[in-house]
Amino acid sequence: MLEKELTIKNRAGIHARPAALIVQTATKFACKISFHKENETVNAKSIMGIITLGAGHNTKLTVQADGEDEQAAVEALTRLFENRFEEE
Amino acid sequence: MKKFTVLDLLDLDLKEHNALNLRCIGGRSGLAREITVSDLNRPGLALAGFFENFGPNRIQLFGRGEHAYLLKLEREGATANLEELFRREISCCVFTHMLTPPDAYIAISEQAQVATLQTDLGTSGFAERVIRALSNVFAPQEVTHGVLVEVFGIGVLIVGDSGVGKSEAALELIERGHRLVADDAVEIRCVSGNILVGAGAHKTLGHHMEIRGLGIINITHIFGVGAIRDNKQVQLVVELELWDQNKVYDRIGAEDRTREILGVHVPYLQIPVKPGRNVPIIIETAAMNERLKKMGYYSAREFNQSVLKWLESENARNLYFEKRRELLEREQQNGGPADGPGASTVEID
Repeated sequence: MLEKELTIKNRAGIHARPAALIVQTATKFACKISFHKENETVNAKSIMGIITLGAGHNTKLTVQADGEDEQAAVEALTRLFENRFEEE
Repeated sequence: MKKFTVLDLLDLDLKEHNALNLRCIGGRSGLAREITVSDLNRPGLALAGFFENFGPNRIQLFGRGEHAYLLKLEREGATANLEELFRREISCCVFTHMLTPPDAYIAISEQAQVATLQTDLGTSGFAERVIRALSNVFAPQEVTHGVLVEVFGIGVLIVGDSGVGKSEAALELIERGHRLVADDAVEIRCVSGNILVGAGAHKTLGHHMEIRGLGIINITHIFGVGAIRDNKQVQLVVELELWDQNKVYDRIGAEDRTREILGVHVPYLQIPVKPGRNVPIIIETAAMNERLKKMGYYSAREFNQSVLKWLESENARNLYFEKRRELLEREQQNGGPADGPGASTVEID
């Protein structure tokens, strides 16, 4: 299992479009991926789950991946967060 | 868990017989104080100067008695005990029956930065409601990935991997007249130790669902307010999974399987999914079967009972025919009926 802390860098936070991007990226991998915010945990392959996290600008999320391609999955998601979800 | 402050207590959206009808009448700077326990305290003993075993952090409940005593203390100018009370850790004070505290109290509480709230409810009634509300707030909880629907009055939590068709199954159930409680992120609370209550993890976002190909849809607007509900007890967990050729699925259903959520065992079913299998109807039937079980009727067990009964009667009948055949054979060997007309009656022990 792999864990990494990611920070949301785009000003608008995770709204519908970034959530869709995250889900698109996550579903490419077979491993189980989840996001943690404080005491909440959501499945990274579920768009409603990610939107309902209510993660705004500068929020820190922990991504957790478990499975064979966990390394690649975490890297892909990190890249997405670093690119500010292709916004701004 | 997030901090639960006095302000959150004021903001609790409770209706009708749950409403607390609270408003803040003083000590606003104390609204940020945290409430950590669901216990209450009637500060009668403290006001009389007895502080042994004084429970910290509790909400202090002033009823008519305490209020009258406060008035007496003010008349006599003896406010030392009241000052001592506010030196203790208390989360806030509540006056019931719309009672307004005397000026001396206001001054001391403002200085101690403790919020004073007022309600029109009676003391016992308010105590009952606030304990119920706070035990909900402090109940153990977890957020589960799944869909919670009410089917024929049974709260069914549909779980399973992404893309297995949870939302689609729920959508068809809604279309068939059942109700959506929450999609995707279901917040489950364990109330009073043995009841699981599920609700949407984020009430402000309302009842939305994501359906592959359609995107996000608003269930309330599409299917009407009759198609939703805010919370529902979780009474059955249905796990959908892709049909696995090598796996043995329950074919009889005589044994009760359960899944543990927050220490409570909930009836649990595993339903394999493959194209052409009508999952919503299976879930509907599972819900009705669950209702029958609650009424004491177990389809699989009753069926097995009748099979056993039938086998038993079949045995008896076979025995009967066997004895009769033996007798007939004996008669034929002896050449004709043995003992007159009585011989056709066969005795079976």
